[in-house]
Amino acid sequence: MHDAIVSMDRRRALKTLGAFGVAGALTRAGRAWAVDKLVVGVIYVGPRDDYGYNQAQAQAAAAIKRMPGVAVVEQEKVPETTDVQKTMASMIEQDGATLLFPTSFGYFDPHILKMAEKYPKIRFAHCGGLWTEGKHPKNAGSYFGYIDECQYLNGVVAGHASKSKKLGFIAAKPIPQVLRNINAFTLGARSVDPKITTQLIVTGDWALPVKEAEAANSLIDQGVDVLTCHVDSPKVVVETAERRGIFVCGYHANQATLAPRGYLTGAEWNWLTPYTMHVQDAQAGKPMVNFLRGGLKDGFVKPSAYGRAVSEAARKSADGVKARMMKADFVIFKGPIKDNTGKTVVDGGVSHKQTDVVLEQMNYLVEGVIGKV
Amino acid sequence: MKGQRLRAAAEALAIPIGALAGALVVFGIFMAALGRDPLEVYALIHRGAFASAFSWQNTLARAAPLVLTALCVAVPARVGLMIIGGEGALVLGGLAAAVIGHALIGAGPLTVKLAMAAGAVAVGAMWIVLAGALRHYRGVNETISSLLLTYIAIAVFNHLVEGPLRDPASLNKPSTAPIGEANMLGQLPGLDVHWGLGFGVVLCVATYVLVQHTTYGFALRIVGGNARAARLAGLPVGTLLLLACALGGGAAGLAGMVEVAAVHGSANASLIAGYGYGGIVIAFIARHNPLAVLPVSLFVGGLAASGGMLQRRLDLPDATVQVLQGVAFMLILASEALYGRIRIFQPRDG
Repeated sequence: MHDAIVSMDRRRALKTLGAFGVAGALTRAGRAWAVDKLVVGVIYVGPRDDYGYNQAQAQAAAAIKRMPGVAVVEQEKVPETTDVQKTMASMIEQDGATLLFPTSFGYFDPHILKMAEKYPKIRFAHCGGLWTEGKHPKNAGSYFGYIDECQYLNGVVAGHASKSKKLGFIAAKPIPQVLRNINAFTLGARSVDPKITTQLIVTGDWALPVKEAEAANSLIDQGVDVLTCHVDSPKVVVETAERRGIFVCGYHANQATLAPRGYLTGAEWNWLTPYTMHVQDAQAGKPMVNFLRGGLKDGFVKPSAYGRAVSEAARKSADGVKARMMKADFVIFKGPIKDNTGKTVVDGGVSHKQTDVVLEQMNYLVEGVIGKV
Repeated sequence: MKGQRLRAAAEALAIPIGALAGALVVFGIFMAALGRDPLEVYALIHRGAFASAFSWQNTLARAAPLVLTALCVAVPARVGLMIIGGEGALVLGGLAAAVIGHALIGAGPLTVKLAMAAGAVAVGAMWIVLAGALRHYRGVNETISSLLLTYIAIAVFNHLVEGPLRDPASLNKPSTAPIGEANMLGQLPGLDVHWGLGFGVVLCVATYVLVQHTTYGFALRIVGGNARAARLAGLPVGTLLLLACALGGGAAGLAGMVEVAAVHGSANASLIAGYGYGGIVIAFIARHNPLAVLPVSLFVGGLAASGGMLQRRLDLPDATVQVLQGVAFMLILASEALYGRIRIFQPRDG
């Protein structure tokens, strides 16, 4: 086969390629793409195999690809600049996409808002809780999950596993969503043993692998024996924990394969739930649901399967809390709660349920977290 | 004389275009090895970047921020400085613009815009002048110092945006207070591309004229050619170095202002998108000629636009698209060795 091409008269080969090849390829590329299918565009800010935020979205994208009548186009590593506006527009104009999942938090304002206004017939489903009734267009919407429920379960399991009673948390930025995870994790752990503390290190940005590794090592050097994190890709933290022989709880996606020995459990997104809802609504021509949110019981988040290091007692107590969460009978932020400066932040008798907007303005670290906002 | 000039121009065109064609062939072989049809790949590149009015605007929009940051490398290169810290000047320029824009809300939009631009240019210029001054007065390598200054700039930026300058209303995406709809720059008339492109074109032409056709530019080039000889000839070498840095840094600062005033409406971490680094490779491919920065930016913008198309249609990861960019840049830079070596482009001597 290769010999035949080489021995073919060069001029003739070029001519053939020129005449048929280019014309053929041009029509193929120019042809309307995926006719009669709902074309769904998914946009990621980082690589989709990052073992983290982007992978969690990509797993849902891969699953809806298998739904009948659905075609998916994906683009990764798109920055939160005019680049993402042009990427959205390209999916609409060049690929015929009518439902978009631009997944990075920073895509919403101004990028999605601008495109939603420009393309009023296209649906824009954004990951995060930013869509507001009366303020934002009806063809845009938010989906998000109460991942702090799984963080609380992480904390319970970590609390059982820790011998030094020192846990470590590596966080990207001290913003409400991250603080809520740190606090839920710590509350979960201290429900097992109130002597437990969580040492916090904030790296300053979503993807700083070198700093994350340094933070992990320094926490382990200080005697921390269970680590977890809230950064875009937990890969480095999980691998460092495994190499140093301590336990680790995952985040965003499942990292069990990276730490077969030390992986306890993890807080995972289950984006397939909102993705499926949006796809089905689009296929049925129903108006889009602008605000989708849910926790464990709604299938928006899920814990990773327990690792082999998780004791029977830990499983039992975490499963007990999970069962109550599944019945919507468990409140994480239930007073009295003090912050780590001794100030009461949730009064006794007050329960902040998941839908409570107060939780979205969280600006404190609960008692037991060593660190500052 | 004229014939020689034409020949030189033909050489400057033919060599990079030849290198580009070579890159496409290499990438085609790579795609074929991955089991993709190279001709379909070429067709998609064409369709993504240049086949329609839409794809042209896509290309232009992606080129726009890079034109200004490329100048931040190209202009100091004329005095022999390798500045790669445009990213720092961009983010701090953007921050300055956001602060000024918010502070002046209520003043006439034109005043606010001019003040934002002036502030951003001043801060960007100052930042790169720092690297130039360290070089001139203390002998610190400006390539390293400008790169390290970028890390400092980003740290300062994050500290201010998440701390003292944070708009309390920005919860999960810390940002400065908005500059207000009235003070936004908007798009170029008739195009879906922001004003950064307009500023970039004007500045490229202006710096080209300045560098190639004024005595000041001549002095710059002499400093770049041999700083010692320039000093002996009585040129104010230090002033010229710092001025070139100020010009380059000002361009990058302006790019930051455009990002704030035409896109984001405030300063936040989305500003740190790597445009400052994107400009480096453009300046090098353009051989630090401000006029050549324009077509090269267009080419890089086109690659970015068609890279998306390849990802989406052929289900390729971004890394594959980076292979195309990498091969193209390598071959274009390697082709520099061909200048003066291809006989038809050389003057025939008697």
